[in-house]
Amino acid sequence: MTEGKMISVTIEGRAVQVPEGTSMLEAAKVAGVLIPHYCYHPGLPVAGVCRMCLVEVEKSAKLAPACATSVAEGQVIHVHSDPARVARQGVLEMLLINHPLDCPICDQSGECELQDYTFAEGRKDSRYREAKRFNPVEDFGGDVVYVPNRCILCTRCVRFMEDVAHDPVLNVSERGDRAVIGKFEGQDLTHPWAGNVVELCPVGALLSKDFLNKARSWDLDRSASICPNCTQGCNTALESRDNVVVRMRPRPNEDVNKYFLCDEGRLNYRWLNRRDRVEFPHIRRGDALAPAGWDEAVEAAAAALRGRRVHVVASPSLSNEVLFQLAQVIARLGGTGVFRVRQGPEAPLDGVPGLSLRADRAANVRGAELLGFRRTETPLAGLANGDALLVADEELAGADAASLAAAAATAAAVVVIGTTLPSWAMRAAVMLPIANMAEEEGTFTNVEGRVQRYLQAKAAPGLARPGYAAMGDLLTALGDQTVNVVPSDVFRALAAAHAPFGGMTYEGLGLRGATVSAQAQPAALAAAT
Amino acid sequence: MGFPQKSHPRETTVLSKHFGDPDARTLAGWRNRGGYRALEQTLAMEPAAIVQMVKESGLRGRGGAGFPTGVKWSFMKPGDGKPHYLCCNADESEPGTFKDREIMRWTPHALVEGCAIGAYAIGAETAYVYIRGEFTEPLERMTEAVREAYAEGILGRNALGSGKRIDVYVHKGAGAYICGEETALMNSLEGRRGNPRIKPPFPATAGVFGQPTTINNVETLVAVPHIINNGAEWYKAMCLGNAKSTGTKLYSVCGNVRRPGNYEVVMGFPFKEFLYDLCGGPPAGRRFKAIIPGGSSVPIQTIAEAEATVMDYEGFVACGTMLGSGGVICIDDAQCMVKQIARLARFYAHESCAQCTQCREGTAWTTKIMERIEAGQGTAGDLDTLLDIADNMTAKTICVLSDSCAVPVVSGIQKFRDEFEAHIVQHRCPFRPATAAAVAA
Amino acid sequence: MSAPAGGPSAGPRLTALDRAPRADAHERDENYQPVFVNARRKELDELLTRYPTKMAALLPALWIVQEERGWVSEPAMAEVAAVLGLTPAYVKGVVTFYTMYHQHPVGKYFVQVCTTSPCNVCGAEDVVRAFLKQTGASDLGATSPDGRFTVIEVECLGACGFATPVMINNEFLESVSADRVPSIVGALK
Repeated sequence: MTEGKMISVTIEGRAVQVPEGTSMLEAAKVAGVLIPHYCYHPGLPVAGVCRMCLVEVEKSAKLAPACATSVAEGQVIHVHSDPARVARQGVLEMLLINHPLDCPICDQSGECELQDYTFAEGRKDSRYREAKRFNPVEDFGGDVVYVPNRCILCTRCVRFMEDVAHDPVLNVSERGDRAVIGKFEGQDLTHPWAGNVVELCPVGALLSKDFLNKARSWDLDRSASICPNCTQGCNTALESRDNVVVRMRPRPNEDVNKYFLCDEGRLNYRWLNRRDRVEFPHIRRGDALAPAGWDEAVEAAAAALRGRRVHVVASPSLSNEVLFQLAQVIARLGGTGVFRVRQGPEAPLDGVPGLSLRADRAANVRGAELLGFRRTETPLAGLANGDALLVADEELAGADAASLAAAAATAAAVVVIGTTLPSWAMRAAVMLPIANMAEEEGTFTNVEGRVQRYLQAKAAPGLARPGYAAMGDLLTALGDQTVNVVPSDVFRALAAAHAPFGGMTYEGLGLRGATVSAQAQPAALAAAT
Repeated sequence: MGFPQKSHPRETTVLSKHFGDPDARTLAGWRNRGGYRALEQTLAMEPAAIVQMVKESGLRGRGGAGFPTGVKWSFMKPGDGKPHYLCCNADESEPGTFKDREIMRWTPHALVEGCAIGAYAIGAETAYVYIRGEFTEPLERMTEAVREAYAEGILGRNALGSGKRIDVYVHKGAGAYICGEETALMNSLEGRRGNPRIKPPFPATAGVFGQPTTINNVETLVAVPHIINNGAEWYKAMCLGNAKSTGTKLYSVCGNVRRPGNYEVVMGFPFKEFLYDLCGGPPAGRRFKAIIPGGSSVPIQTIAEAEATVMDYEGFVACGTMLGSGGVICIDDAQCMVKQIARLARFYAHESCAQCTQCREGTAWTTKIMERIEAGQGTAGDLDTLLDIADNMTAKTICVLSDSCAVPVVSGIQKFRDEFEAHIVQHRCPFRPATAAAVAA
Repeated sequence: MSAPAGGPSAGPRLTALDRAPRADAHERDENYQPVFVNARRKELDELLTRYPTKMAALLPALWIVQEERGWVSEPAMAEVAAVLGLTPAYVKGVVTFYTMYHQHPVGKYFVQVCTTSPCNVCGAEDVVRAFLKQTGASDLGATSPDGRFTVIEVECLGACGFATPVMINNEFLESVSADRVPSIVGALK
């Protein structure tokens, strides 16, 4: 194969050029033509077994499987000609003869490729008059349940576990029409990335136990997002119903997570729905925190900070925008900014180099570093007597009571910005409630320096506001004249101020992101420190 | 020869000459009959010269496809720095076929010799003989022959003192018709499910263990020593019909026939004379109704079509069927075609590997409809449905098992439609006693 | 300070093994006696020299198991997997593909009667019925109450000219007709 040689083909009348070795199916994508398929998946080795992608090639006697056939110079390919269409209709009928047709109780309904293609091209009736085959539902362990009666034996799941996860715990058992996906007694889908088989399954055969019977897919609102659970920055879709996040799924990004998302990331979304949220700004009145309006609370916060050096303890899961605004606060007042990162075991996906559930369980560690924050295990240690303590979306879970008490005694004032109110925060002078990442938009910088946008998936509770808005108001109250209170403006200021982000625009990031320069160095936080 | 029958004078026994002769099984006995002379000769030849000789002989693959053997061997590029492999397909599973079984039972050394020559010709040091697990006796004979050949230095690192390494290993299958498909056989040999592979890549590029591989049928390989010994011209001269079909062919004859067994005749032999003179015609008081001439996967012939056929690759095609594996299944007028086609469909449904949708579902669906018709529960639309399913199963899958299931259904409905319709109209199988239908009703 | 961009950090790794500590399945069954010891291990080691991959010895290894144990149990599959560096699930996928590996214990005499078309037209179904009757096995695939016989229909045994061929364990009988069955079964009892 000559490097870089291009092949010209015509697909459904559209001429395209693709690199030599490209499959007809991928070439068709370039031509803007979808060739229906089941077993093919760009993240898996080609199997060529569902036979759904058969296409007609002029001057060729047989239909060709588009997934398994490389394009050849001058080929003219028909996807919607009668022979191809009739072949697909035949496959669809065969796939349905033993299918229970239980869409009304199937989780996949509405996002099922069997449903979609049958609706588009299938027969209106079945000629099958015989008894249907039946196999019992099986718990595959992990988050996965197998409904064999809906299975079309595309083997995507088997190939994922074998070729991508390198943990072949699934097999095809038996043969002929008795074949089912099987596993070995006692060895379950416990691989940290095993849950991907649910997304890979084009039908309702492999289902998430977590999502089982929870929602109909057409009732869900979907937002492009970024998994907030580690520094990998896997692209996700957050799916919510009635303002409750019910599912997080991988969203393909060839440069980050391909098509995958680990189980820990996937299943760790419930905190986005926490019920113990602070819904109103609070300011101290005597011994207690009392609800207040935003203007009053922002002014109180500014008053608490004004004239003091500030020690900022920020969550590394805050957006680049909020962290930038916090850095601006430090720049105005002088002080320090630190963060700590919750740790967990690393879990790589062996078949995709560089893709791993990272030990750092926070979304924006790299962003925090680039914006000048210092990583530490003892975030309260740098607090000097007479400083103000500004805690941003950090519950300080696990910090011992003595150090919290000491910090409170040391700090001249405590300002808390966050989503919840841990007990130590009752000592705060001001509490500003902000949205969590599902309730706002912004950007994270992942471990590889890729800056990626996430969009809002649901509404914030009560009067809680996105962090960038609250911080914008606070900066204004502290005398900042720029008044950046929408994320694109904040990002523009960030990109102008920090070289690693130079040249990026919020809009330009799109849904795939952009990478900071490899030599990117952390910024100095404040001249005054 | 017509083993287990006596050899018929009109046979030309080249491969089957020693069938029934226990002495030919041993190495000493085989050497007395001229064995391993061809191997000795070839080890002194250039591999390319052997390939050329086989090309000139006109030998074509006896497994079913009929691809010219010498041409297939020439796909193996010498000096590519990769290990080459020869696989001998001894997974003989095509219903109606039992010639390779007799070759291995009676003349195992013929196959060892053929494998050794084939391996040398394609630049392979290793040949695997993949024998179906049910062939207990052939496995035993072949294992013993290989053991003898190693003990005598015919195989091994210095084959016949030539300084060349030739290893032959017997590999036992475990019960799967589809492993007779060449890429499925390779997967099975590698310790996988016997799933046929998508081609390309073809075996000569990436075959067993991902290396260049040639796969030949037992009968093909045992013909090679004779070509070496007697010359390509001698082999090519054995031809009564089309010049593209040369040599002798072993036919396995079974079913409703007076003298079942293996018969070896020269290519181009008249099928009518074969059926009546050599095989003795139908059992007493019966007439042939249908003939499946090349194993169960080829189109069924009516007896009239069969009688007009010339027995070679082109001759069978000209009469609407194929030579296939040479398994001649005779069906007489006492048999129900619907029942037998249903039984064949069940065979294919049982053997489908489950990869391709049309095959996995189509073979089973076809079987269910066929069995329903046979049980007297057929409906008027069933035949059209069967034909349409067959169309969906034809030329659309990785291998041809799916097509093979469709073939008897389509040819059966075409040629014996009256029998199908009688089942549907009478709501019973007309070949069964009426009481059976009464019970079913 | 931070993980190097691009590569996983050197911290502890979460693998499937960490999640669900699992002994090789055959080791969990205390009563399981391994097949591949002593002579059988040697036999397997010799087999491994024939192939460039360990996986290629899978079918032969399973044959050894079946010769030793009469069938291929799940713990045996796990042992084969461990010996050949495969996963038990993979081995099971292969075992279930091939019809000759018994996934359940069978009778002392495992009777396989070919009933595919060439034999079928010669009366193979009568032979099956005769075997069921003579052995007392209640149905195809079931083992007779005395545990001696399991009778199944098998697809083409490749001896169509010798209809009806019958395999009893490794013994291959040719040209069996229904009337011969009582004497065949009688000789085994």
